[in-house]
Amino acid sequence: MYSYIGRRILITIPTLVLVSIFIFTLQKLLPGDPILVLAGEERDPEVIAFLREKYRLNEPIPIQYFYWVSAVLQGDFGISLRTNQPVLELIKEKLPVTIQLAVMAMIIAMVIGIPAGIISAIKKGTMIDYVANVVALSGLSIPNFWLGIMLILLVSVNLGWLPASGYRPLFEDPIKSIETMIMPAFVLGTALAATLMRHTRSAMLGVLKADYVRTARAKGLYESVVVLKHAFRNALLPIVTLSALLFGELLAGAVLTEQIFTIPGFGKLIVDAVFNRDYAVVQGVVLCTAVGFILMNLLADIAYLFLNPRLRDQV
Amino acid sequence: MSSAATTIKTEMPERSQSRIWKKLKGNKSAALGFILVLFFVGIAILAPVLPIADPAGTSWSAIRQAPSAAYWLGTDELGRDILSRMIWGAQASLLAGVVSVAIAVLIGVPFGLIAGYFGGWLDGIISRATDALLATPFLILAIALAAFLGPSLTNAMIAIGLSAMPIFVRLTRGQVLSVKTEDYVEGARAIGLSHTLIIVRYILPNVFAPILVQATLAIATAIIAEASLSFLGLGQQPPAPSWGSMLNVAKNFLSQAPWMAMWPGAAIFLVVLGFNLLGDGLRDALDPREN
Repeated sequence: MYSYIGRRILITIPTLVLVSIFIFTLQKLLPGDPILVLAGEERDPEVIAFLREKYRLNEPIPIQYFYWVSAVLQGDFGISLRTNQPVLELIKEKLPVTIQLAVMAMIIAMVIGIPAGIISAIKKGTMIDYVANVVALSGLSIPNFWLGIMLILLVSVNLGWLPASGYRPLFEDPIKSIETMIMPAFVLGTALAATLMRHTRSAMLGVLKADYVRTARAKGLYESVVVLKHAFRNALLPIVTLSALLFGELLAGAVLTEQIFTIPGFGKLIVDAVFNRDYAVVQGVVLCTAVGFILMNLLADIAYLFLNPRLRDQV
Repeated sequence: MSSAATTIKTEMPERSQSRIWKKLKGNKSAALGFILVLFFVGIAILAPVLPIADPAGTSWSAIRQAPSAAYWLGTDELGRDILSRMIWGAQASLLAGVVSVAIAVLIGVPFGLIAGYFGGWLDGIISRATDALLATPFLILAIALAAFLGPSLTNAMIAIGLSAMPIFVRLTRGQVLSVKTEDYVEGARAIGLSHTLIIVRYILPNVFAPILVQATLAIATAIIAEASLSFLGLGQQPPAPSWGSMLNVAKNFLSQAPWMAMWPGAAIFLVVLGFNLLGDGLRDALDPREN
């Protein structure tokens, strides 16, 4: 098993290298010469030559890549053009906000999606199953930024129950923090709830046909025990790994959700950076997201191995 | 031997085609999806000939008018007719959906075919590159690409297409791996057909079904992605109408003119639902286990 984990970690390395090459290439594809911008309006040839030397732009591209990767590995993602802050500092500042949003969204998604998937599977072919499927498909089809706008209109503008925007750190004022985050988390969670519901239903339908479930029923166990203890426990494995894989969707969804609810998180950071042409920040955010996603994939694979004893014997 | 094999290959798909069509026609959800898609495609195509107002025509005397007999869906902050902008916006959304998926398919499928068919180091390189692209969440990759390419509908379509491409590489590769060991491919190889001919004539038609399903579902995702990019200001640029950019403006007038936000979002929802229902229906109809 440990050799499998080792192999799996080794496979991650070329992917990480390719991701870094891809992100570095993006910067190189950028139209215009960044040195001319830095050199100011006078564009003194001596200053330009000095800056090219300083940023090692006279070196061949592979060497430039090597210097860039070395800096990134030491935590130097560059400096934000807009705020003059190191990019890593900005990321460290914004990431906890998005993590709070993502965790709350995931809880909401699980609370809605998993029970709905179980009920839909048990009641397969009935009206309940049909309605659950229609709701799930609608959840997948609603653009979450529109759902956010509609919720602001209903809950904040018309009813005045929750604030339409703003953010308060969790440890500063927990109640106010949850109050400002609950609506964005719901918006972000609904699409994931739909995905989770469809996967839970599919996993449960597969498990409910298994021999051990039939045996459990034949023993005369209560249906709730059969479903929850025998079927759901086994159906849970792919759901747990799927939840880890939904991390990417959460981050992508957070970009728009944070924009609508004016939450100062990771998503808003990338959008603001895009509009300010702050490419070092865009690069840093994309790189961190990709690395996070790759690590979540790796963890999901390892978790699956620990949760499923049959797999442990096979690898 | 070759002609016998061809006869079998041409007869079998016809039978299964009619079965698939029958199954698709009997699927009420897929039919609803098809009607929704047809409706939006219809209004997008007919936009230039429909008797509607100029989508860019402003009217200072009709700013933020609620829906009425004169303006069925109301007007926006510059007095432009929302119905007209919605109809022209359908063109941008559907065009973005179809073109970006076409880009993804036209680049992704050949790479998937090459990786799956030839295997070895070519497969290794293509697969690792695909993994690297798949490692970045779809929308974040599209935003980054659109940012580097510059804001416009064409660049948004390229960004979405490139971001959706790795899914088609992976899907096609997987399908090719299961098809290339089939007897008819071995037979084609044995009679000395070239690799290109084997791929085009024997492999591509047999991996086409899942690609078609994925393409239908990807159009839904691409429409949402285009709306998202336009909402962020990275897609269709004003004054040209797009559902996403209409929502971007509408969010600033929520309390004064809520109708400005309702219609574009509802349209995105319905057209995406249509493609999702159609894609689900196609998947059920084309799934051999279901047949």
